[in-house]
Amino acid sequence: MSVRTAGPEGKHTTGQNALTAVFVGISLLWILPILIVVMNSMKTNTAINMDAFALPNGETYVGFSNYVNGMTFGNYPFYSSALYSVFITLASTALILVCTSMAAWYISRVGDLFSKIVYYLCVFSMVVPFQMVMYTLANTSRMLHLDTPWTIPVVYLGFGAGLAVFMFAGFVKSIPLSMEEAASIDGCGPLRTFFSVVFPMMKPTLISVGVLEIMWVWNDYLLPYLVLDQNKYKTIPIHIQYLQGSYGHVDLGATMALITLSLVPILLFYVLCQKHIIAGITAGAVKG
Amino acid sequence: MNKKAKRTDSAALNSSLIRRPIQRQFAIFLLPTFICFCIGFLWPFIQGVYLSFHKFTTISHVEWVGFNNYIKAFNDAGFRHAFGYTALVAGVSLVLINVLSFAVAYALTRNIRGSNLFRGVFFVPNLIGGIVLGYIWQMLFDRILPVSMVNVTSYGFWGLIIVLCWQQVGYMMIIYVAGLMAVPEDMLEAARIDGANGWKTLWHITLPTVMPSITICTFLTLTNSFKLYDQNMVLTNGAPKMKGVFTTEMMALNIAKSFSTANQRGAAQAKAVLFFILVAAISIIQLTVTHRKEVQQ
Repeated sequence: MSVRTAGPEGKHTTGQNALTAVFVGISLLWILPILIVVMNSMKTNTAINMDAFALPNGETYVGFSNYVNGMTFGNYPFYSSALYSVFITLASTALILVCTSMAAWYISRVGDLFSKIVYYLCVFSMVVPFQMVMYTLANTSRMLHLDTPWTIPVVYLGFGAGLAVFMFAGFVKSIPLSMEEAASIDGCGPLRTFFSVVFPMMKPTLISVGVLEIMWVWNDYLLPYLVLDQNKYKTIPIHIQYLQGSYGHVDLGATMALITLSLVPILLFYVLCQKHIIAGITAGAVKG
Repeated sequence: MNKKAKRTDSAALNSSLIRRPIQRQFAIFLLPTFICFCIGFLWPFIQGVYLSFHKFTTISHVEWVGFNNYIKAFNDAGFRHAFGYTALVAGVSLVLINVLSFAVAYALTRNIRGSNLFRGVFFVPNLIGGIVLGYIWQMLFDRILPVSMVNVTSYGFWGLIIVLCWQQVGYMMIIYVAGLMAVPEDMLEAARIDGANGWKTLWHITLPTVMPSITICTFLTLTNSFKLYDQNMVLTNGAPKMKGVFTTEMMALNIAKSFSTANQRGAAQAKAVLFFILVAAISIIQLTVTHRKEVQQ
């Protein structure tokens, strides 16, 4: 523990350089599981079974043929699962952002008894685990025919409203009324005031909530599993679980390829907006 | 006084300029979210509480049974075991995740080369959902362990702990890094001048200052473990079964499985209510503790 600060002009001591070297090793080890999956996605099935940790060689390397097989492997095309996942994630997030930010503005600015009740119900919903409502929610959404990818965003908005309303309402309280008053004096109706004045000001919270919802919906398993009509619609987590759960022989190479494919969008998303993701996720953690 | 007068003044202006016009557009602003909230949360929640006092196989055939379902839930050895096992997983993962993530965060705030890159790498597993994450590790464990982990309880337990650490250390590290960055430089400087060594500074200055982060991370790891479902299902699905009890089954998985057996649904819903009360209690304790800490700071 002799190393604590850098020397002048950002020069690093030997101790600090040693620590860097240690962390290079740990970091590689940390993402090794992912690297092994990617590596195996390009090997033959027998090679994966024989030694999953060996690098592919001339005999065992099959290039991207596992990816081609994986697309149609297991009675349900992977690309439809992927497309449904993308659609459900984007549609649900967009719906949640627009509806809950409007609701939170209404709740904060009107502040009547009904608004207060809705607000506290939203806060309450944040501490309720999904198992509490899993059976009844599945029934309700089946009864209302919400069991398609086009309608499931309604369910996500309903179950996810709590945290989003809470975060938006917290933000609205911190912005001064004067801008909205000015807009109102200039003759803007509430809708116009909201979308041309309030909504743009909410940008930091929109990003935080957006990141949280994208991560939640994209990775969610149980809710879509219970709500969606399984024979017609799957999402990526359901698809992966379905491949694993199916009896008989499992095409390991194809499964590794599909896992790799399912990691690509979220890792790309991470690389592109790492700063926002980390800020958003920690904001949700600290407030929720 | 002045302040108060000003506030009522602006409240009156607010009322005519902002409040009333918005209130008139209730149907556009609040109603859509409220209806979806009723469909996705409120109605299922109320119906869930209602059903926990009934015997049912489908929603249309219900029969009042009072507290019978709760008695059944308490008498279910599998559920009682799941509670103990969940508490054990929560306790062990809480300690390991927090110690590891604090150590990583501490090392990565020592101004070393590439620390931003390392932080980014540690965070990566957190992006992966429970199903895919569990499947990656199940594949690895199957090839490292001499016997499949579904046959040995301790393999299942430590496997789950490893997966939880891998997933959450990066996340908690980010929170700890934010806390460590906020430790005032002059306090560290003063300690150095007074001749305190690294450990003493860590113990007497750094740790007390990052106490709020420690509280947050403690409760986050706790609630994460209690609500855990995906990873538990993918890794072992509760196996092995010994004396009629699934030895690695956690509460969420136990409840979900009970729902799939038609004659256990009443008991399953009662378990779910108990589970909800437990998770809510943890959250309420968390809120009070965090608030008290904030007042002290």
